[in-house]
Amino acid sequence: MIDDEMMEYIGILAKLELSKEEKEQAKADMQKMLNYIDQLNKLDTSKVEPMSHIFPITNVFREDVVTNGEDREAMLANAPKQKNGQYQVAKTV
Amino acid sequence: MAKQYETVIGLEVHVELATKTKIFCGCSTEFGGAPNTHTCPVCTGMPGSLPVLNKQVVELALEVGLAANCEINQYCKFDRKNYFYPDNPQNYQISQLYLPICHDGKIEIDTPIGKKSIRIHEIHMEEDAGKLVHDEWDDCSYVDYNRSGVPLIEIVSEPDMRNADEVIAYLEKLRMIVQYLGASDCKLQEGSMRADVNLSVREVGNPNFGTRTEMKNLNSFKAIARAIEGERERQIELLEEGKTVLQETRRWDDNKESSYPMRSKEDAKDYRYFPDPDLPPVVISDEWIAEIRKKQPELQPEKKLRYQTEYQLSEYDADLITGTKKIADLFEETANLCKQPKKAANWIIGETFRLAKEKKMEPEQISYSPEHLAKLIEMTEAGSITQTVAKNVFFHIFEEDIEPEQYVKQHGLGAVSDSSELEAIVKMVLEENPSTVEQYKAGKEKVVGFLIGQAMKKTKGKGNPGIISKMIKEQLTK
Repeated sequence: MIDDEMMEYIGILAKLELSKEEKEQAKADMQKMLNYIDQLNKLDTSKVEPMSHIFPITNVFREDVVTNGEDREAMLANAPKQKNGQYQVAKTV
Repeated sequence: MAKQYETVIGLEVHVELATKTKIFCGCSTEFGGAPNTHTCPVCTGMPGSLPVLNKQVVELALEVGLAANCEINQYCKFDRKNYFYPDNPQNYQISQLYLPICHDGKIEIDTPIGKKSIRIHEIHMEEDAGKLVHDEWDDCSYVDYNRSGVPLIEIVSEPDMRNADEVIAYLEKLRMIVQYLGASDCKLQEGSMRADVNLSVREVGNPNFGTRTEMKNLNSFKAIARAIEGERERQIELLEEGKTVLQETRRWDDNKESSYPMRSKEDAKDYRYFPDPDLPPVVISDEWIAEIRKKQPELQPEKKLRYQTEYQLSEYDADLITGTKKIADLFEETANLCKQPKKAANWIIGETFRLAKEKKMEPEQISYSPEHLAKLIEMTEAGSITQTVAKNVFFHIFEEDIEPEQYVKQHGLGAVSDSSELEAIVKMVLEENPSTVEQYKAGKEKVVGFLIGQAMKKTKGKGNPGIISKMIKEQLTK
């Protein structure tokens, strides 16, 4: 059950500030998802092997070789704010 | 009667693996690069980038797991641990929750009351986070993602330790195993080995665990010992006052010798793990495990035994020398070069350890070449320098790694064995100390040591003491 308390908690975890209307909408949406999961849970899966990946592939590896050169400017171009080669963010402590 | 409390401790140890590249991308892991010079779309969490697992990370994790007597999950996979913090650009850390690579191992430690087995709950692979620097003046922080994506293994123990000594013994043993494997350099100060301490207290005899706290920011063995003492006291005090211990993460401040809670209630520890769809599972075949077992290098217990048989070291000396791989390698190379293992061991256990302790150096920081120590031993044994001079020359080998033969030549420190020169000195000493000579002749033979000392002083420590002693005795019995 997605009640108001649960909705509040999910908002905190997702770092989202939602309006009253948005909260109601999200509550309804998430309740629908849970109902769907409940429906799936009714299936007998006792003879089905758990699946952890949708493709039947395993062991996709790289060798331990440096392939990336320095590309700081390009990387930092994605930063909303930067200073002295670093990403500038809101104070965290 | 006051209640008796028992401390229950489990550890989460993070070890940075010694790979050349990050766990999921081809960026360098080299320490100390300018901020953000070792980054790419993968390790800065750009949408659409795809992580690809570094095979070497799996190899090293397997090596550590097998050395720690673990079972291997031959089908293992990665999960996302979700949290928001700027050091984590993806907003999730790729880790392993459901099927970690290793589980159910054990490590044996030595305690004052004998051997004790500390069980390993699991070892999993994960990525490190970026580094945050907080601006003192501006209301902001700066992020360097060079460390983001550096491979780590987290070694989780069972709550099997009961005091700080056991914790330190466990950490030292773990560090020794990992260093011997070459899987990491395990430097606590530089953060390539980090320990979080989970601690609770309970009344002696109570089979149930108390509520535990997790302590972070412990970057030396001493800090760990102090933090354990401090947290034990804090929890006992709470219980004695009839209060309860809150399950929380606390940060240790070693300067203040106290801890404070790190997360507020709003920052609940709810990581909503789920399998990472970007990374297919890892299947570890029996052949792969056999291959790793086969190439496992000699670990400390075997090395210690071999040093006792091959080099005739005492058990005590072999134990000291094999304490770190760095020192064991230094010893073995020196011993093989000069063919005098006992002498090599003495220089290492004696002067090397003494100087390192004096300068508060870790064994890994000792950087002189085994060739130079071997040469010094050969020169001393051949009598071309005296023991006194050798000690002085060794100081310079330890400090500046000088080449001893050249150094002795340059500074004119070669032993004086020239008999006419020494005879003149002996004659002078006997003339200067007539009363001592009388004492000797009266049967007090011990005083000969004083005369030898006087003669050595005149040669500035360079005289061959064997020859001098022989000469003095000859003169006195004339």
